[in-house]
Amino acid sequence: MTTQTPAAVVATVPTATSHHGRGPRSWVATVLANVVTSVIGLMFLVPLLWVVFAAFNSQAGLKLELPSGSSFGLDNFRAVMTPETTYRPMWNGLVLCVGSAAIAIVVATLAAYPLSRFETRYKRPFLLTILFSTGLPITAIMVPVYGLFVQLNLIDTLGGTIAFMATTALPFSIFLTKNFMDGVPITLEEAAWTDGANSMQTLRHIVLPLMWPGLSVVLIFTFIGMWGNFFVPFVLLLSPDRLPASVSIFTFFGQYGSVQWGQLAAYSVLYTLPVVVLYVVLSRRLGGAFNFGGALKG
Amino acid sequence: MATVTRPGAPEGIDLRRRTHPVKVDIARALPLTPAIVLLLVFLAGPILWCVYAAFTNIALTGAGSGETKFVGLDNFRAAFSSDAFANSVVLTLVFTFLSAVVGQNLLGLALALLQKRSAKVVRTLVGITVIGAWVIPEVVAGYVWYAFLAKDGTFNEILARFGLGQNWLYTLPIIAVSLANVWRGTAFSMLVYNAALSEIPAEIEEAAEMDGATGWRRLRYVTVPMIKRTVTTNLMLITLQTLSVFGLIYTMTKGGPGTKSQTLPLYMYEQAFSFSQIGYGTAIALVLLAVGAVFSILYMRLLRED
Repeated sequence: MTTQTPAAVVATVPTATSHHGRGPRSWVATVLANVVTSVIGLMFLVPLLWVVFAAFNSQAGLKLELPSGSSFGLDNFRAVMTPETTYRPMWNGLVLCVGSAAIAIVVATLAAYPLSRFETRYKRPFLLTILFSTGLPITAIMVPVYGLFVQLNLIDTLGGTIAFMATTALPFSIFLTKNFMDGVPITLEEAAWTDGANSMQTLRHIVLPLMWPGLSVVLIFTFIGMWGNFFVPFVLLLSPDRLPASVSIFTFFGQYGSVQWGQLAAYSVLYTLPVVVLYVVLSRRLGGAFNFGGALKG
Repeated sequence: MATVTRPGAPEGIDLRRRTHPVKVDIARALPLTPAIVLLLVFLAGPILWCVYAAFTNIALTGAGSGETKFVGLDNFRAAFSSDAFANSVVLTLVFTFLSAVVGQNLLGLALALLQKRSAKVVRTLVGITVIGAWVIPEVVAGYVWYAFLAKDGTFNEILARFGLGQNWLYTLPIIAVSLANVWRGTAFSMLVYNAALSEIPAEIEEAAEMDGATGWRRLRYVTVPMIKRTVTTNLMLITLQTLSVFGLIYTMTKGGPGTKSQTLPLYMYEQAFSFSQIGYGTAIALVLLAVGAVFSILYMRLLRED
């Protein structure tokens, strides 16, 4: 068969809309699609089940097994819910992620305003640089960042780590925020400007109230990304009492000799819960699905 | 600094295009300052330092820690003639190809296509599961797959019924981490393709169907050509993400056994932090950055053509 463009295919068909394609063959295809989709879904589910089952099983090993009898219970959660194991790392993670997400969102909003509202000849190169930096692998710059932090005496400080994490989130946040801001019509502000309001006043009183939904999307998105981030705090923070949940999870190895799989699973569940909750909130906000199509096209 | 002058444009209608003095422009650019400062200090700074350090013998302990001096291309020469570096380049390529280009991309497309034909219950439940695997933190995903593939893990339990089973993390570590990365990353491709497929006009699909183009042929000649741009964009983005995967592999195998799953980020980490060879480590980082930069530029070109 020769290659046909979609247009060619369209051109060769009659315009009448009959439904002869909905015969028994199509019925088989639908059943098949459902079965195959379910099987793939199961393959995704099985590894995940281990965490959930093991978390409630005080005798948990690496095998997937339903906790039964005396081994079923909240023993694992009771064991890990202590200040050293769970509360402090979670708190550290919260400080780190809320701090850097907040900085990122404020700085990104400030930057997005002139980028969205005014024309200068520096705007385009700046936006291109921002877009370019969203693609840079942060993993690769961790070695020089470590060097920089050693020289600036910022190693093992929450402040330095927060500032760096905020910066890594900035390019994408600026990009998203500017796109959301472009959606707010400029006419309202123009009226305010002629009345003598300056741009920061219009940003605060006119633009921001209209783009809270967009901003909260950027905020949650940034937070989820940071909560799961392992490499950055792993490299920049050293003291055990400053480590966030993503890194302190490693203390389950070695500390007690053999690994307590049930406790590791319980801890993983606790550590995962916040992002799952936030994701549910986020997808509700966006009407059930991410609009990736729009995001990708810029 | 002022923008295009448009004489005769009614005042107050098109404020953005009005000429204004330099002072106004500077005042308007002021809110950009915090962003520029942060980006310069924590992003541009480290990258420039990386370019500098890659040509020095800077080290934190051991040889070279006393005084730092320029060594020209020595780090790169050492890297390109080192077996360990070659090993990690090959492993990175295998990992990226298997888990991103083939795994996430094809499975994501397959899921998006299948979901279109599935019942709503199936579609929603499978969607939630796949996205669930994507949302959980990468370290947890690492443990999940460690447990799944370990010697006495679930996967071997299933295989034991067929008389198979081995310690996958020892025998085929790079395949093991690739599988885990497919599991973790497929949701992204699935969501991207879901969005793209929903934009194909129903008439075109129906027309193709009536023309007798069913199954593979419709996919090959109608659907895929219509989402070609999305496929390229998606490939670019997941390749970039996969190139810099660290936590997942570190949790599952720490790059081992030996160096059998040591991709470039893990090799870089080992050289720079475990062996304190910052100069050599930054040279590897620079190679990674360069690869990332190439993909980033290609991605921008694609966006511009839109």
